[in-house]
Amino acid sequence: MHFHHPTTLADATQAVAEGATPLAGGTDLMVEVNFRHRRPEHVVGLRKVEELGAWEGNRIGAGVTWRRLEHGGPQALAEAARTVGSPQIRNAGTIGGNVVTASPAGDGLPFLVAVDAKVEVMSAEGGRLVPWDVFFVGVKKTTLAADELVTAIHLPESLPERQAFGKVGVRSAMVIATVGCVVTRTDDGKTTVGLGSVGPTPLRASRAEEMISSVTRPTESDLAEFQKMVSDEARPITDHRSTEEYRRHAVGVLARRLLERCLR
Amino acid sequence: MIVEFLLNGEPATARIVSPVSLLDVLRDQLELPGSKNACEQGECGSCSVVLDGEIVCSCLVMAADVGDSEVVTVEGIGGDGLTPVQRAMHHSGAVQCGFCTPGIVVVAADLFARNPNPTTLEIKEALAGNICRCTGYGAIIRSFEKLARETS
Repeated sequence: MHFHHPTTLADATQAVAEGATPLAGGTDLMVEVNFRHRRPEHVVGLRKVEELGAWEGNRIGAGVTWRRLEHGGPQALAEAARTVGSPQIRNAGTIGGNVVTASPAGDGLPFLVAVDAKVEVMSAEGGRLVPWDVFFVGVKKTTLAADELVTAIHLPESLPERQAFGKVGVRSAMVIATVGCVVTRTDDGKTTVGLGSVGPTPLRASRAEEMISSVTRPTESDLAEFQKMVSDEARPITDHRSTEEYRRHAVGVLARRLLERCLR
Repeated sequence: MIVEFLLNGEPATARIVSPVSLLDVLRDQLELPGSKNACEQGECGSCSVVLDGEIVCSCLVMAADVGDSEVVTVEGIGGDGLTPVQRAMHHSGAVQCGFCTPGIVVVAADLFARNPNPTTLEIKEALAGNICRCTGYGAIIRSFEKLARETS
């Protein structure tokens, strides 16, 4: 087996260009290895690449762990980070790994789509910034090229004043989301809704956003309408974790509660 | 490839020929069977170790990735006799079949090192990633509540 241990980004992207499989926290890749689904013989460990762990302002390095996000991230992202796995998982797993794995249930993704984050990717040839809706294309499918590495997440310069994350699962710790959601609202009412686990990629509930953004003081009937619109815009499926019907119902209820939290 | 790292304070060497986990190498090659192998997916916490100062599941660490790192397993926690965490568990009957115990000792040692006086909620959150299939959580949590009271 061939294992690279770079400390610089240049050496890391070079290894990826040579065909090495990137390994960050290992919380997804090693499960596949342990279950004999994958057996990467050429791997580049990213844990000691300092540039990937850098976090300055709105640029969060791909190697930033949930543990760090939990204690210093923007509100809804910190709330999401706190629900990821267990302390052991949060010490290892990274925001970059969440994005690259692109699981519909990725806990960080509803926030990233709600604030229109961009994914910074780099190859030995150079870098590019990819809007989230270009990056995520299907269940665990992204437009990341084979020779590219996700190096950072770019959040917008200013984030909405009010943000809330929520997740539905069978217990409150150590659980994969049945439904995940982030609602943000600015002081002038602009509202965004990021949804997870209710479609092949994370989604935005655009029509619900537009409706509720135009309402300064939502009434009971506005909230009910918002809930229904979010449910309608979700694209859930039935799988081993839940049913389409339950997810559709739960995501509407959850989005409404998070909006109410933003309005308080 | 040969991987050299610091294991329980001593230099260690492992010969790695495939992308196996640190857990496998600890148990099968380095004769440290304290870390247990159960779920192999980071769910149960029975393989918890300290890697470069942070608790992680050793089943999710690729052994090849620990070169130049520092690993502490349950065998490396404490010295002669029982540590306060181990004594607390022993005195409160917080061990049933014992399979989850090493992982809980590693995690609780980390908790008390960072926060000598954790609340019940903090104890529960710290242990959220350690599953006890005997469902002996009550005694485990009580043992650490007692320890927290003693150290406050």
